[in-house]
Amino acid sequence: MDYFKNDLASIHDDLVNKKYSVEELTKSTFDNIKKVDKEIEAFLKLDEERALEKARKIDERGVKADSILDGIGIGIKDNIVTKDLTTTAASKMLENFEPIYNATVMDKLNDAGMITVGKLNMDEFAMGSSTENSAFKITKNVWDTTKVPGGSSGGSAAAVASGQVLASLGSDTGGSIRQPAAFNGIVGVKPTYGRVSRYGLIAFASSLDQIGPLTRTVKDNALVLNAISGHDAHDFTSSSREVPDFTKGIEDGVKGMRIAVPKEYFGEGVDEDVANAVKDAVKTFESLGATVDEVSLPHSKYGVPVYYIIASSEASSNLQRYDGIRYGFRAKDVKNLEDVYVRSRSEGFGDEVKRRIMLGTFSLSAGSYDAFFKKAAQVRTLICQDFENVYKDYDLILAPTSPTTAYGIGEEINDPVTMYMNDILTIPVNLAGLPGMSLPAGFSNGLPIGLQLIAPRFAESTMYRAGYAFEQSTDFHKAIPTLGGQN
Amino acid sequence: MAIGSEEVKHVAGLAKLAFKDEELAKFTGQMDEIINMVQQLSEVDTTDVPVTTHVTDAINTLREDVAVKGTDRDLLMKNVPQSQDGYIKVPAIIDESEE
Repeated sequence: MDYFKNDLASIHDDLVNKKYSVEELTKSTFDNIKKVDKEIEAFLKLDEERALEKARKIDERGVKADSILDGIGIGIKDNIVTKDLTTTAASKMLENFEPIYNATVMDKLNDAGMITVGKLNMDEFAMGSSTENSAFKITKNVWDTTKVPGGSSGGSAAAVASGQVLASLGSDTGGSIRQPAAFNGIVGVKPTYGRVSRYGLIAFASSLDQIGPLTRTVKDNALVLNAISGHDAHDFTSSSREVPDFTKGIEDGVKGMRIAVPKEYFGEGVDEDVANAVKDAVKTFESLGATVDEVSLPHSKYGVPVYYIIASSEASSNLQRYDGIRYGFRAKDVKNLEDVYVRSRSEGFGDEVKRRIMLGTFSLSAGSYDAFFKKAAQVRTLICQDFENVYKDYDLILAPTSPTTAYGIGEEINDPVTMYMNDILTIPVNLAGLPGMSLPAGFSNGLPIGLQLIAPRFAESTMYRAGYAFEQSTDFHKAIPTLGGQN
Repeated sequence: MAIGSEEVKHVAGLAKLAFKDEELAKFTGQMDEIINMVQQLSEVDTTDVPVTTHVTDAINTLREDVAVKGTDRDLLMKNVPQSQDGYIKVPAIIDESEE
């Protein structure tokens, strides 16, 4: 079956009422994936045998009536380690890597009874905005298969948007959940930095990375975030703050909510259709009783350069571990130890990963450190302060997710700087550690437009409440792509 | 020109990467463009602005000093490309082809 007409709650009800068994549900999920994913190519690997085994076990013990996620399948971005299930980060470097442990989020999803369906395509090591940097396959946009699905969590977004799974996990370092969610017309959330454990997330930029859910509806998203959040002794940057139930109060509406719209987010490069969709969203929120004002985040335009220095510096350090010795790709016919390092890395990494390692190494090297890394870390402070100033008077920020809708496959891949500028509206959220959501807000020439909601640190509940109110008063999330042909 | 091919080669050496000649020209051009883009930060006045290197509110995170069981050695070796007698096998530091 496909999941276009369901949400987590309706599937859960069907399972509890024994309309079908977990095994039947799981089987038909795989049947549908095998049909649909030939065209979309969202999955890198399916885990059918183990999924069915787990489904049978849940049938035997009975679906837990008080656990909505119990027995339902989920897709996992391939940079989240899954025990005994190949985890490649879409890199030749990790082509045959079989983790010996689970990421904390995987243990949590297992505890909630969720069934891992398979691993999803992405830009290599999560570096990219189109999923074209995968070493293995090109994932297609569900709404127009000549377009990119966005990235880096392109597989995670496409799998949900094509009705193959109801939910997936992605990771977001500079927009990698929100931008593909926008390009695919679904809901994607990057939680507050520290809300979700990063243990077992293959590190890209450790001060920015967060795991988050992609779903078709706002409520489904909150349900999955409920399951994966919380302190973890394995990640000392995970927060020990109490995790609220994100579905609680989700239906309370936005009456009296103070919403800020930053004028810098409608600047050069933002498509007219995108800007108009967001302006329409402003009217919707006003009609629902929120107050909306224009504000300024004066340092936003420096987000892209700050991000590319900081993220690349952290990446150059994190990716030192791929040396061809303990795991991962090792080059053949090497003559000496130095050769193992240099040739394994040069042959194992793709071009975008090399560019970022190079930029990071350069930014951290003697002679460049003050002008690049330190300067970027200082401007990061100014970007954080911009947000703090706005949140003194406002509950939520509203903006476009991405300046454009999905662009063509092959269109920007050879022009790194143009590609980097795509992330201008999502990056500041990561630099400041804030939670951000993208949700469907319209279409331009048949391609979805994403609306971005940005909340203060640990105020995901505000974001979900606003997102839910918007979703319930619009129909954009009900649109279904025509698969097997152009929409 | 913010960066030339000699400097790119130097940085590649630090990063344990190597580029073929034709790749080097392409990479140098792209690196130059990227560095020009990030250099716009020089226009921001950051006098007395502190750096932000993390956004966590945790100060020090300590755990009880209790011994916990480590990972099984055979399991740890699961993804090792080459091993012998329970050790990771690598080529000699000195070129093996030299007599």
